[in-house]
Amino acid sequence: MALLEALSRAEVEDFLILEASLLNEWRLEEWRALFTEECRYLVPNTSGDPYAPPESSLYLIADDGHHLTERVKRLGKKTAHAEYPRSRTRRLISNVRFLERKDAMVKVESSFITYRSSQGVTDTFFGRHEHCIVEQSGRLRIEEKRTILDMEALRPQGRLSIIV
Amino acid sequence: MQHHQGAHADAAIRIDEGSGRFRVARSSYTDPALHAAEMDAIFSKCWLFVGHDSEIRKPNDFFTRRIAGRPVIFLRDREGTVRCLLNICPHRGAQVCRQRSGSARLFSCIYHGWAFENTGKVISIAEADTYHAQFNAPGCNAGLNDMVPVPRFESYRGLWFLNYDPHAVSLHDYLGGAREYIDIVMDQADQGMRVVGETQEYSARANWKLLAENSTDILHVVTLHPTYLDMVKTNSAGTMVRGKVVGKSVDLGNGHAVVEREASYGRPIAQWIPMWGPEAKVEIDAIYARLVERYGEERAKRMATGARNLLVFPNLVINDIMSVTLRTFQPAAVDYMEVSVWAIAPGEEFGKPALERRLTNFLEFLGPGGFATPDDIEALESCQRAFAASREAPWNDLSKGLGREPDATDELPQRVFWLEWRDRLMQRAG
Repeated sequence: MALLEALSRAEVEDFLILEASLLNEWRLEEWRALFTEECRYLVPNTSGDPYAPPESSLYLIADDGHHLTERVKRLGKKTAHAEYPRSRTRRLISNVRFLERKDAMVKVESSFITYRSSQGVTDTFFGRHEHCIVEQSGRLRIEEKRTILDMEALRPQGRLSIIV
Repeated sequence: MQHHQGAHADAAIRIDEGSGRFRVARSSYTDPALHAAEMDAIFSKCWLFVGHDSEIRKPNDFFTRRIAGRPVIFLRDREGTVRCLLNICPHRGAQVCRQRSGSARLFSCIYHGWAFENTGKVISIAEADTYHAQFNAPGCNAGLNDMVPVPRFESYRGLWFLNYDPHAVSLHDYLGGAREYIDIVMDQADQGMRVVGETQEYSARANWKLLAENSTDILHVVTLHPTYLDMVKTNSAGTMVRGKVVGKSVDLGNGHAVVEREASYGRPIAQWIPMWGPEAKVEIDAIYARLVERYGEERAKRMATGARNLLVFPNLVINDIMSVTLRTFQPAAVDYMEVSVWAIAPGEEFGKPALERRLTNFLEFLGPGGFATPDDIEALESCQRAFAASREAPWNDLSKGLGREPDATDELPQRVFWLEWRDRLMQRAG
C-alpha cells in the first residue's frame, strides 16, 4: 500500500488526466483496464439523492464489473449506433482533491466538463466525479467511479451514450 | 386556417389497399403549423398521464410538472385527496410553486405574496384591506382568487391523468381496450405498484410522434439493438435466444395499441435466467406459483413470460418488458420532445433482491445510459434530420402486415396511431 500512502494530489491528477485521455481517444479497453475486475461505474439520476443505493433507486447507469466490460464491448462495435460514427469528445478535469485517505483506498473528487460533438450538434455535460482508488500489483486501480451530473435533467443532451 | 390543417391531416395519410401500401407524409413531423394544431386537437382534448399515486404517498407531497406545455402541480392535499392544480398565480400569473418536488401544506407566490392551501384555496392576499369589501368575501366571486385546477383529473389503477377538455369522455371509457393490458401489469403486484426512485428526465431532438411509433415497434429490435442482444446472451447463457418473435399486435381502439409477445429475456415476474443464480430461481418459482394461485395457469403464464409494449394515445407508453416502465413525452417544439420515464415495481419487492434484478434489467436496456435507448434516440434524431428532404422524398412507409392478421413485428400499432391522429385533427377542423 506504499503507493497509496505516498500518493500526492499531482500524482492522482495525472491518473485522472490519463483516464480522460483514454476516453477522449476512444481507447476504451485500456480505460476498462484502469478499473478493478469487480468494480462499479455509477451515474446517479439527475434528481434525487446521488448516494441512494443503486439496488433500490433508479440510476442512469449502475454497472458492475460485468456490465462495464459489456459496455466497453458495445462501444467498440459499429452497431453501437448512438456512437458510430464515433462522436468527438473532450474532457476537462479540474478542482481535484482528496475526500478520504484510508490505508487501502483513497477517494478523490474532481470537477469535469465534457463536450460531445456529433451529427452537427455539440452538447456539454458537467458535474463531478468521485473515484475510489485502490492499489493492485503496484498500480492504481479504480474500484468505484461515481459521476454526479450537475445538469437538472439530461436536456437537451438526451443521452449518456459516452462515458462522460 | 383550421380547415387548412384538417385538409393537411387528411392528405398526410395515403392508403392504397390495392398494393397494400400505407404511407405518412414526412411533413407531418416537421410542419410548425401542424404542431400548433396538434397541441389544440390532441393535447388539449386527450387524457394525458401526469403521475403515479405512489409518487405522492403522504399528505402534502407534491411534484411540479409540465403537461402539454402547461405547468401543473401534482399533489396530495392535507386531507389526502390527490389533485392537479395549474401552477399559475390567480393574481398576476407567476408560478406559485417553483420547487421540483417536496412537501408543502401551503404555497406562497414569490411575486406579491398571495398564499394558498394545497387544495388551491386562497388564504391570504397582499394588502387585502385595500381591496373592495366584496373582493375576498366568502361566497361572493367564490373561487376567483383560488388556484385553478385542471379541468378534468381522474385515475385508473394508480395512474393519474388530466384532460384540458371539460367535456371529454371519462378516463375509464377513453382507456377502453387498454384497461385489460394495464390490469395485466398492475395485477403482477400483491401490494400495489410503486415508483422506484425518481423519474429519468431526458429528451430527443425529434418530433414526438417518432417516439410514439418507436415505442410499439418490435421490428427494429434486431437491427437497431444488436449490442443489447449480444449482452443479454451473456446473461442468459443463450437460453433465451429465439429465432423469431412470437406474438401479436392489437388495435385497442381510440388510438391505443399493444404488442404482446413471448419475452426473450429474464423477467422479475416471472422468468428466470441463469445470471440470477439458483436462489433467485426459488424466488421466481414462488412468484410464479403465487400468480397461478391468484389468476390461474393461463393468465399467470401470460403475465410471467409475456412482454407487452402498450401505447395509450397520444403519449403514454407502458412497457411491461424486462422491467416495467411508464414513459411520457411532451412535444416542446415540432422537432424537440422532453421524455420522462418512471420505473415501477410491486410494493413487496422493496428491500428485496428482486428489486435489484428489476433495476438491473431496466438499466441494461432502458434510459439514456442503457444499452439500447441511446440507439433509439439516435434513430429518431436521424429521421428528424433526414426529414429535411421531405419535399423531394415525401413519404414514410408503414405498410408491414397490412391486410393480414398482424404479428408482433407488423406496423399495425403505428397505423392505429396515425389514423387516430388524422381523425382528431380533422374533427377539430370540422
